[in-house]
Amino acid sequence: MVQLLQSAIRFSAVFLFGCTGEILTEKSGHLNLGIPGIMCGGTAGGCLGVALYMASLSDPSKPDYFALVMIGILMAFLFASILGGIYALLTVSLKCNQNITGLALTTFGTGFAQFIMDNFVERGNFSVASTYIAQGFPFAQKLGWFGDIFFSHGILVYLAIIIALVVSFFLKRSKIGLGLRAVGENPGAADAVGIKVDKYKYISILVGSGIAGLGGFFYVMDYAQGMYDSYATIEAFGWLAIALVIFTLWRPNLAIIGSIVFGILYVLPYFVGGDSSTRSALIKLIPYVVTVLVLLVISITGSKKAQPPSALGLTYFREER
Amino acid sequence: MSNVALELKNITKTFGSVIANKNVNLVLEKGEILSLLGENGSGKTTLMNMISGIYYPDEGEIYIDGKLTHITSPQDAFNYKIGMIHQHFKLVDVFSAADNILLGEKMPTYSIRENAKKLLETLPQESLIKEVKKGEKVSKTLDFKVLGDYALTYLKICALPFIKLGKFVQFDFLANNRAKKLQEVADKYGFEIDLNKKIYDMSVSEKQTVEIIKVLYRGAEILILDEPTAVLTPQEIKKLFDVLRKMREGGKSIIIITHKLNEVMEISDKVTILRKGEYIGTVETKDTSEKELTEMMVGKKIDLKIERTITDFDKPLLEIRNLSINGDDGSSKIEDVSFYIRGGEILGVAGIAGCGQKELCEAIAGLRKIENGAICHKGDSIVGLPAKAIIDKGISMSFIPEDRLGMGLAPNFSITDNMMLKTYNDNKGPFVDRKTARKNAEALIKKLEIVTPSTETPVRRLSGGNVQKVLVGREIEAGPNVIITAYPVRGLDINSSYAIYNILNEQKSKGTGILFIGEDLDVMLALCDKIMVLCHGKNMGIVHAGKVTKEQLGLMMTGSLDLTEVNAEKNYGIAKDSHLTEEQWEEEKEKTEGKGENEDE
Amino acid sequence: MSNNVKAKREPLFHIVKREDLKIGYKIMIYAIAIVVSLFLGGIMSSLASKGDPFSFFVSLIDGCFGSSRKLWVFLQQMALILSVSMALVPAFKMKFWNLGGNGQILIGGLAAIACMFYMGGKADDGVIVLVAVIASALAGAIWALIPALCKAFFNTNESLLTLMLNYIASGLVTFFLAVWVKSGSGVLEPIKYGNLPELGNPYILIILFGALITALMFVYLRYSKHGYELSVVGDSPNTARYIGVNVKMVVIRTMILSGAICGLVGLLLTSGMSHTIGVKTAQNMGFTAIMTTWLGNCNPLMIIATSSLVTFVTKGMEQVRMDFGLTNDSIANLIIGLVYFFIIACAFFIQYKVVFNIKLKKAVKATADNTVVASTEETSTEIEENEEEVK
Repeated sequence: MVQLLQSAIRFSAVFLFGCTGEILTEKSGHLNLGIPGIMCGGTAGGCLGVALYMASLSDPSKPDYFALVMIGILMAFLFASILGGIYALLTVSLKCNQNITGLALTTFGTGFAQFIMDNFVERGNFSVASTYIAQGFPFAQKLGWFGDIFFSHGILVYLAIIIALVVSFFLKRSKIGLGLRAVGENPGAADAVGIKVDKYKYISILVGSGIAGLGGFFYVMDYAQGMYDSYATIEAFGWLAIALVIFTLWRPNLAIIGSIVFGILYVLPYFVGGDSSTRSALIKLIPYVVTVLVLLVISITGSKKAQPPSALGLTYFREER
Repeated sequence: MSNVALELKNITKTFGSVIANKNVNLVLEKGEILSLLGENGSGKTTLMNMISGIYYPDEGEIYIDGKLTHITSPQDAFNYKIGMIHQHFKLVDVFSAADNILLGEKMPTYSIRENAKKLLETLPQESLIKEVKKGEKVSKTLDFKVLGDYALTYLKICALPFIKLGKFVQFDFLANNRAKKLQEVADKYGFEIDLNKKIYDMSVSEKQTVEIIKVLYRGAEILILDEPTAVLTPQEIKKLFDVLRKMREGGKSIIIITHKLNEVMEISDKVTILRKGEYIGTVETKDTSEKELTEMMVGKKIDLKIERTITDFDKPLLEIRNLSINGDDGSSKIEDVSFYIRGGEILGVAGIAGCGQKELCEAIAGLRKIENGAICHKGDSIVGLPAKAIIDKGISMSFIPEDRLGMGLAPNFSITDNMMLKTYNDNKGPFVDRKTARKNAEALIKKLEIVTPSTETPVRRLSGGNVQKVLVGREIEAGPNVIITAYPVRGLDINSSYAIYNILNEQKSKGTGILFIGEDLDVMLALCDKIMVLCHGKNMGIVHAGKVTKEQLGLMMTGSLDLTEVNAEKNYGIAKDSHLTEEQWEEEKEKTEGKGENEDE
Repeated sequence: MSNNVKAKREPLFHIVKREDLKIGYKIMIYAIAIVVSLFLGGIMSSLASKGDPFSFFVSLIDGCFGSSRKLWVFLQQMALILSVSMALVPAFKMKFWNLGGNGQILIGGLAAIACMFYMGGKADDGVIVLVAVIASALAGAIWALIPALCKAFFNTNESLLTLMLNYIASGLVTFFLAVWVKSGSGVLEPIKYGNLPELGNPYILIILFGALITALMFVYLRYSKHGYELSVVGDSPNTARYIGVNVKMVVIRTMILSGAICGLVGLLLTSGMSHTIGVKTAQNMGFTAIMTTWLGNCNPLMIIATSSLVTFVTKGMEQVRMDFGLTNDSIANLIIGLVYFFIIACAFFIQYKVVFNIKLKKAVKATADNTVVASTEETSTEIEENEEEVK
């Protein structure tokens, strides 16, 4: 049970990064279906950074913790942001259809990530790097099950939670967050009060994509212990992250809980009834089914508080006569 | 510092071949309320849009506070302390009032340099070393207190970038002290508003209040209100006027665009009148009368040489009794209106924009539910019928809403395909018959001289006038017995307009009853047999077009003359040879009390 | 009064919706986009290996048309994508974003395999095929019906719902594989019962299906009353309601059609090709078809072109991979994505033009002395300048 929770919380970081990033993007009115590709891109970037760093070390078994983590995070964020930038350029400035651009980006991003991974990333030292990144607080073991659940995770897990909290706070309580929300609800109103709609959209897409990219990086470096087989698994996480955005009603602090729930559901098959593959197949379905139910419920009830941003998916164009 | 807050000189604005404003002058003094009066299409909104930065004038100058200015964007207008309150509010529904008012507020830039300088000035003056006397010996030690002050100050300077970041992001932006500030502004002018209420919970009047506070909070000195009372109840209007008076006392300058002469007389100091894009004049309210204003607004009658075909009138085709309709926002748009249309008769409906014509058309066509009353077509009630059924009965609507491609046409369809919109299902079999539709399209293009590359051109590529021709033409093709047409010649040139009038007269000769909603009184006086005037959804009277004067119509339109009161014994709108007896009418009306939807969504 | 207003120099141009461009221009813009993107792709492939951009193009062409077998495969693939696109066309024309093609294909394939699995050996092959056809179409239709009903009655966001249903379909496939494959490997051996007949070679049936569906859909959209109605619904829902079209029924009816076609494609992929099913059976065609349909502007004829293009690049890239010695198919996705981006960006240049504000420049200059220049943002003066085809 403890193991289940520990595993789930650890795994939830993947979703949490993706979800928080996409919430930020969607708050500006843009549905970014390219998140799966962006998460792959972040993975590639982070791995590239780690590989380069490890290669530059004289003793690859003792990387500097701080440098390793920072390089990985920055590179992952950077690559993911660049991919997000393509989406932003096409949908904000060139006013293209968001769904289509997002899907094109997923295709491009997965290919891009695989390309980088195969041709530029030296994976030999990844398991070492991974153990470093994945290590939790040193005193975790001493606290028994409590320590296992709460303190044994790698820094990225905590970072995910912190980012989610910061984004939530930012959206609700800051002036810029208010402006961003207005852009996503009624860009005309925001424009009328002098908010630069395009600028807000760009920044939220770039930052949101960057955050999402960290999720893929985390998965490879922490959870999968440096193993990267194909982009397919990360791509699937991307879609789940998009589902999670709906499930958590566009609120990042709910996303923390939501991603833990999804995490539990995802790792559950490995802990429960490992022999019955039918059961595990069904359990794997649950996150999606639940999301569908949430979608239905919010559209049936039409509760004003639980709706997606009103201008989601719409292109803003200040009409001239 | 002049006394003139805003002055417009020789402002001209054209859109293609349409002259919206021609050499318009306007003077707004400080602490004054000015009414801008004019009919539809007189150019009021275009003028105000130039002041608020949405359009840029082709010619002419704008002076604010005596200085020549160029207002090139809404942001400019803001900076010049001009605040415009549009008819269609720009509010975020899910936010509270406070959120909407504070949205996008520009905080003064936080300068690190200045603050650093200030902090450096507070550095302690004493030296770090102090002398301590211990008996005979004098030793020098570090004065820790002074050291502490130094350290603290430098620490504060280091923290400045973070403070700047914090101010930039403005955490806790919506904390209590802001709410208090907003409440002060609201109270100052006598607004009653709960600032934490969400917009989607608010009434129209409350939303308008939020918009007004929004502009005031940003320091607007010149306010422009576009038809503010159109959506308000009389009590709300009174409250609004109290607020406006307080603002005037506070030195604000206000322009109100309105049609309602009684309000003009009540609230404004001066009135500027526009007609057909031109500036007619400005008068002091206290020196003028509603009659004089009406005359200036509508001008002299022009003889248009439109024929009024004489036909034998048939029994009433469409009869409407005590109709009441609510608009989308829940306010009453049509109140207790009765009228009838005979076969072979053109009944005009005159009234200022927003007097309820749109809702009236929609209700008759089955697109809007009614609150009360009865609508009968040849004696059969059509209330509650779906739109298609009403079309099948031969009631055709060529209605032109704000965006004329909104409801009658499919913008990306060709003319041929649009011709088929109502008749595509008439032929047997699963396929549509384009051949017939194409033939009809070709005939229509010829008859109405529609300018188009071909029958297959998408309708959205046609110019506005041609689009209307397609729309009206299509309606006529269906061979209806009742035609409801609203603004059929809006935007059309003279020849096309006359073509439309001829069509209508043709239909009239065939025995069709026509409801003609128009804005040009001269046209209606020439073309229609009778004219009904609506004002705020009420029937001001039905008159013979041949006998009424333009001034009388103008007075009725602005609510100054109510024939139903003056000639109370005449039953306006009640046909003597109605299809139903009075008892049957009462039955029909009872059926409609609180009837449900007749749309399918 | 406003002396502290900063004079910001914003770009003195703005974007205005263009009136329709002549067909010739449109084709030219697209052609340039495709060639440029492929050229970039060629450069990228060359960077990753020893090749050069020109042999890149040669390989592309060779991969699709180099031998008769390759040509058959090309046509078959194209037919498949085309078929799925045809399924999506009516939905998209109604502005109903059916992103669930993958799931509908999978469900159809699952139904077909289920027929083959349970009826195999117990009934005549012909009967099995017949049942499978009906079952797969029905399954796909139901899978599409769910989001249709939700949208019609609850206004649920169909993009998100259909996306989720993809994954549920995939999960169902895994489930059934676990049920059927006792060994637990999750891999179903090809079933030899109930396979679709091969007409001459394995490809013709599918190609015929593709051609047939395209022709039928073309006729349906252009000439039938249903097609007319759904076009009206997509173009102007208000007008549709006004003329008495039951929008809900049209949405539901169209989605049933859309799902059924996808289901049949699932049948083709399983019963007609691999004879088994797995989560990858749909080969992501649901998404690829979204691109081809949208980029083909929901016009069956244009979609033939876009499907051909996409298939050309995909199949061609396989050859490039062999010839250039690339290790996996990542580059293929990369280049396809690039082509997509360019074509998407084309839409912008076709729809909008860049207009310069001469009037405002004068205004700004004139007031520099007397008054404060407020920030210059865009206002209207439609003065036509040469548009820049910036890429």
